[in-house]
Amino acid sequence: MLHIPCPHCGLRNETEFHYGAEAGVAYPDPNALTDIEWAKFLHIRANPKGWLAERWVHFAGCGRWFNLWRNTITHEIGPAYLPFTQQPKAPDNIGKEDSKA
Amino acid sequence: MSEISFSFDDKIFKGIQGEPMAAALLRNGMLSITNSTYHNRPRGIVGLGVEEPNAIVQLVSGTKESMLPATMIEVTSGLEARSLTGVGALPEHPDEARYDKTNCYVDTLVIGAGVAGIRAAENELRTGREVLLIDDQSEPGGHLRHLGLELTASMQNVLEQKNLTYMRRCTAVGLYDQNYVIAIERRSEHLGNAAPANRARIRVWHIRADRVVLAPGAFQRPLIFANNDRPGIMLSHAAATYVALHGVKIFKRAVVVTVDNQGYRDALRLHRYGVQVQAIYDARPGAKGSSVDAARAAGIPIRFHATVIDTSSNAEGACTNVTLQDLDTKEIFQTDADLLAVSGGWTPIVDLATHIGIKPTWSEKHAAFLVNQNTEKLRTVGMLAGDFGGDDDPTIFFGPELDSEQARHAYIDLQRDTTLHDLRRAVGAGLSSIEHIKRYTTIGTAHDQGKTSGMLTIGALCQLHGGANGGLSPADVGTLSFRPPYVPVPFAALAGRERGLLTDPIRITSLHQWHVEAGAVFEDVGQWKRPWYFPKPGERIHEAVRRECRAAREGVAVMDASTLGKIDIQGPDAGIFLDRIYTNMFSTLPEGQCRYGLMCKADGIVFDDGVTTRLGKNHFLMTTTTGGAARVLSWLEEWLQTEWPDLKVYCTSVTEHISTIALVGPKSRQLLSELVTDIDLSKEAFPFMHTRMSNIDGIPVRIARISFSGELAFEINVAWGHARYIWERLWTLGRPYDLTAYGTETMHVLRAEKGYIIVGQDTDGTQTPYDLNMSWIVSKKKEFIGKRSFQLPYLKSPGRLQLVGLLPLNRDEAIPEGAYITVVDAGPDKHGKTPHTGFITGSYFSAILDREFALALVADGPSRMGEVVAIPIGKKVVRATICDSVFIDKENIRRDN
Ligand SMILES: [Zn+2]
Repeated sequence: MLHIPCPHCGLRNETEFHYGAEAGVAYPDPNALTDIEWAKFLHIRANPKGWLAERWVHFAGCGRWFNLWRNTITHEIGPAYLPFTQQPKAPDNIGKEDSKA
Repeated sequence: MSEISFSFDDKIFKGIQGEPMAAALLRNGMLSITNSTYHNRPRGIVGLGVEEPNAIVQLVSGTKESMLPATMIEVTSGLEARSLTGVGALPEHPDEARYDKTNCYVDTLVIGAGVAGIRAAENELRTGREVLLIDDQSEPGGHLRHLGLELTASMQNVLEQKNLTYMRRCTAVGLYDQNYVIAIERRSEHLGNAAPANRARIRVWHIRADRVVLAPGAFQRPLIFANNDRPGIMLSHAAATYVALHGVKIFKRAVVVTVDNQGYRDALRLHRYGVQVQAIYDARPGAKGSSVDAARAAGIPIRFHATVIDTSSNAEGACTNVTLQDLDTKEIFQTDADLLAVSGGWTPIVDLATHIGIKPTWSEKHAAFLVNQNTEKLRTVGMLAGDFGGDDDPTIFFGPELDSEQARHAYIDLQRDTTLHDLRRAVGAGLSSIEHIKRYTTIGTAHDQGKTSGMLTIGALCQLHGGANGGLSPADVGTLSFRPPYVPVPFAALAGRERGLLTDPIRITSLHQWHVEAGAVFEDVGQWKRPWYFPKPGERIHEAVRRECRAAREGVAVMDASTLGKIDIQGPDAGIFLDRIYTNMFSTLPEGQCRYGLMCKADGIVFDDGVTTRLGKNHFLMTTTTGGAARVLSWLEEWLQTEWPDLKVYCTSVTEHISTIALVGPKSRQLLSELVTDIDLSKEAFPFMHTRMSNIDGIPVRIARISFSGELAFEINVAWGHARYIWERLWTLGRPYDLTAYGTETMHVLRAEKGYIIVGQDTDGTQTPYDLNMSWIVSKKKEFIGKRSFQLPYLKSPGRLQLVGLLPLNRDEAIPEGAYITVVDAGPDKHGKTPHTGFITGSYFSAILDREFALALVADGPSRMGEVVAIPIGKKVVRATICDSVFIDKENIRRDN
């Protein structure tokens, strides 16, 4: 059960949130893309081992979308930030396991 | 200490209130408790706590818990229990006990109230932190208690600090990310009949701690030797504790077999309490330490480099003789013993640490897997961290070499009756990973989850691969990873109060009570209770539905449509927003008009549909499918918040604010005109897809000409609380019209006759609007979500499943929904399979057509009109003709009338 810092409500249990995949993928101009590029936008997202900026929505709380750094190996939670704001740096490899992996 | 009586297998025993049932049974001479599951061999008590593999019992009194270790049951007056072979029998009646759950936030959670846990709690308190200390025993102290020692004054002082909460009988069963711990507190059973009636039997604690300190202690290990499962063969620490602490006097002559100094300490305790310890056999070549010296001084013979290899028994199966072996000379010798106390080293309880993915590390010095964590958030102390105390110097030894005959009776997992022979067979079959071997042999998969057998398996594997002679070390094999829960948890505890009506919220409309009184049969649509049909006395479903359908098509009928999702959308950019969301245009919709809209996801697949009404310049009311309301609102919010923050639009769920009554049928206008007198309901003044504000007896209503049946129809929208009044008025006025109430089944038939889709029923998550014959709703003029995808080749390619109608050749033959459609007489392909070409999404009897009909998704369906397809149903084949999905009133004359 992740403990997720909603930027509006503070630390809450994971069950109050829904996941929204990789953050920072801007919606492109659909007509400027080839079929392949458009299909990649639709279906391909980064899935790195380690820190990933993700989108989450606090659906059972304030209902707001936000972004969050999360380590996909250690499940450590990094800083949360609002959409359209400066993305904070990826946390250092606090995850001891991760740095070796 | 009060003496009480309890029963076990229908015999009455005396015990001391609160002592472990295992202790009371042993003191009463119950060496053999049950027979083993697969080999039917007599078995007795082995351990002290949750690690007990043999003495699993089921409770007959109170809550009839089906499998509990006798070591963990505190006896009370009148307690009744039964022995158990294999799995427990579930009680016949529901568990009436009360269970509850609670949340808790704390600075530091210490798990385990042994010496190490109490010391750790003291350190935490010193830094000003609030501490929760939990322990699965009835009293604090861990091993101290087993030794019959009191807590020191300073430890007692720690427990009395106001910043510390100590919870006894509370077992941490799972450790999860970010220090989330679930613990199970047993609150009432130990009180027996004195338990207050309102007290929960078990409370589930959901604990979030800033820091977790793991002080779980360790289990003592058995050894692997032939016939190591007989009653009278016990872990030495358990045997000594039952004798010294619980007054068990049934053992006269003991043999102690050990690999560490713990065996000496236990031998001394047995000796002091009157058991004749014939000798200590130590697998090590020699040993030092105060306990060794004390044993020697007490006159207990010690033989080094020797261990047990086999045992024999009396007629009851209990241990009577021990066969030993000199590990140097391989000389075999025998001695008699009614107690064989085994000390095979300690296995620290790594379970909780492995729950969050920590890999324990092997320590040669401790002959054990340890977890050493010392971060801000998680710390390990005591035996888990390698603090074994005392003067221990264990050797890595899991048992002597055994021949294949001996291996057949050398048990590794007592509960699963898995032997060394089974393990050898698994390795012989080519398995090497411990996780594979676990699944092949079932070791560690019983009630005790391998608490004593896991480490033995690892040790035996190492010995199979050459042991200390350059073969595998336990470090190479690695430890099993454990999953929560650490001990079995009753489902009733996890359910808590959320049982019966409280399992899931039930949503009802403001007309629900009327439907109940009218005898409606209900169906669940998500959490909603919706009338399915309204049978008259003696009517069966198809009779009721035909009557309801006929009323809607020929007279007038009424339905409660209040469960439709409703989203109020306001703001100066609402029109632009809806243009982007829907495939068709909404910004040009005049005020007071309604429009059907279809929305797709970015991949071009139809997501939801519904009618949206423009109530004002900057004000729309969107309706969604009943089941789709929440996900559509989330979808709208996601786009507004994450892509279009510049749009000034606000979305609010108003599903439960507005009741919707659908008045349907050729006579609906006439009936409504008796109720609504302030607006002109005529075809010319109030056309299809228009809405008008009105009032009924002073109650504001909004009437809309919307039809989900293809008939002339009016929707009456009214504040939730006024719906019953309006409905009753309609009902009274409708009597001369034979006004008929209908439910969801009739709604489905009516909409299917007209070819109106239900997203999720007539779609399978692969349909674009084009696949649903809805190219007319796709705007060419504007951008909207999903538009780009319609150009993708795979959404245009042949073979796509598309919506069509089907008419069975035999008009009375019903086709089951979900049935696969095949090409007539295609026969099996080269793989022996009959290729399918689609499936049935909805199948009904039409009263107005007087025949069966269906909607279906068929590959390239619209280009196959008139083709006869075959639908195999069991042994028979139904044939049907592909046709248009609109079965009645293609010209919309009825609807627009
Ligand atoms: Zn929030």
